[in-house]
Amino acid sequence: MSRRTLLTYGAAIASMLALALFIGWWQVDGTGAPEPVAQRPLPLTQMEFQMTDQGGETVGPASLLGNPSMVFFGFTYCPDVCPTTLSDISGWLDDLGDDVADMNVVFITVDPERDTVPAMAEYVSYFHPAIQGWSGTLDETARAAAGFRASYEKVATDGHYTMNHTASVFLFDADGRFASTIDYHEPREFAVPKIRRVLARAEEETS
Amino acid sequence: MRKSTFTALAFSILVGLPTASLAGSEDIVVEDAWSRASIGINRPGAAYMTLRNTGTEPVTLLGLETPLAMMPDIHETKTDANGVSSMAPAGEIIIPPGESVSLEPGGMHAMLMRLQTKMVEGETFPLTMNFADGGKLTVNVPILGIAARGPEG
Ligand SMILES: [Cu+2]
Repeated sequence: MSRRTLLTYGAAIASMLALALFIGWWQVDGTGAPEPVAQRPLPLTQMEFQMTDQGGETVGPASLLGNPSMVFFGFTYCPDVCPTTLSDISGWLDDLGDDVADMNVVFITVDPERDTVPAMAEYVSYFHPAIQGWSGTLDETARAAAGFRASYEKVATDGHYTMNHTASVFLFDADGRFASTIDYHEPREFAVPKIRRVLARAEEETS
Repeated sequence: MRKSTFTALAFSILVGLPTASLAGSEDIVVEDAWSRASIGINRPGAAYMTLRNTGTEPVTLLGLETPLAMMPDIHETKTDANGVSSMAPAGEIIIPPGESVSLEPGGMHAMLMRLQTKMVEGETFPLTMNFADGGKLTVNVPILGIAARGPEG
């Protein structure tokens, strides 16, 4: 190897090291730093928003107090995540049977412009009968999402749009305190025990 | 002598070339295809399946075609650390030899944009896969209920 080749190699190695250091910095301190992990939702008693359910009734966070609740966000023009979540939840509810008879299960749309009350009513009718569909104005939707620390964003797709949104399912006890989160498409063997724990807490308090 | 060489050459062009140009896609087997019924035609649909490569060469899936939807594409759903889900075109999909790639809830799906007809439970629709070697494979995808969780319903 000539002196010149050695120099070339040396320069190449030095610049690779510099690049590796830069990537390391960018990931830790620069704009590539990961977003902070999601905050916990507020207790239902501290949330304030008003929506309409699938039957045309006015509802809000206070409507959920007294029984444990399961709340999630989505939209009916969602081809993959939302039908998967609704059918996963339908499966969990089938597993739990009569134990969940009093649980509130609420699907809140992040796309009220397309998801009107009749659209939500039709959509939820295809899933477990316990699942309610709530829709509100754009302002009320934003207030609801803020309370749950959920986020959503309209994304243009070739003349139409889709919505990015928080796909987790939030569990609350009968007093409206946040209990736990079920992640998107979390396996049944993890999801069902989480729901059972919220139900057990409700039973302890009533007995 | 010259004539027989010519015949052999012609034969190899006719028979040899088409098989030579298909590098592996004929070894793809599609299993457990399913989709969900739609409400009307305004909402996009999604289909799922497993592509198994029974051959010895990697096979690249480039895209989809179907009379059901004007813009079919393979999408991947991603969920970030905050639990926010989004979907984006998955691009080319390479199926390594002897392996399978699944389009399933929680991962990739065949996104059926601009439905031309309603997806009716109990019916099927043809979905054609275009591979990088020029090969095409058409499967009939069963349409299950809106609340279906997998190929068994
Ligand atoms: Cu998609």
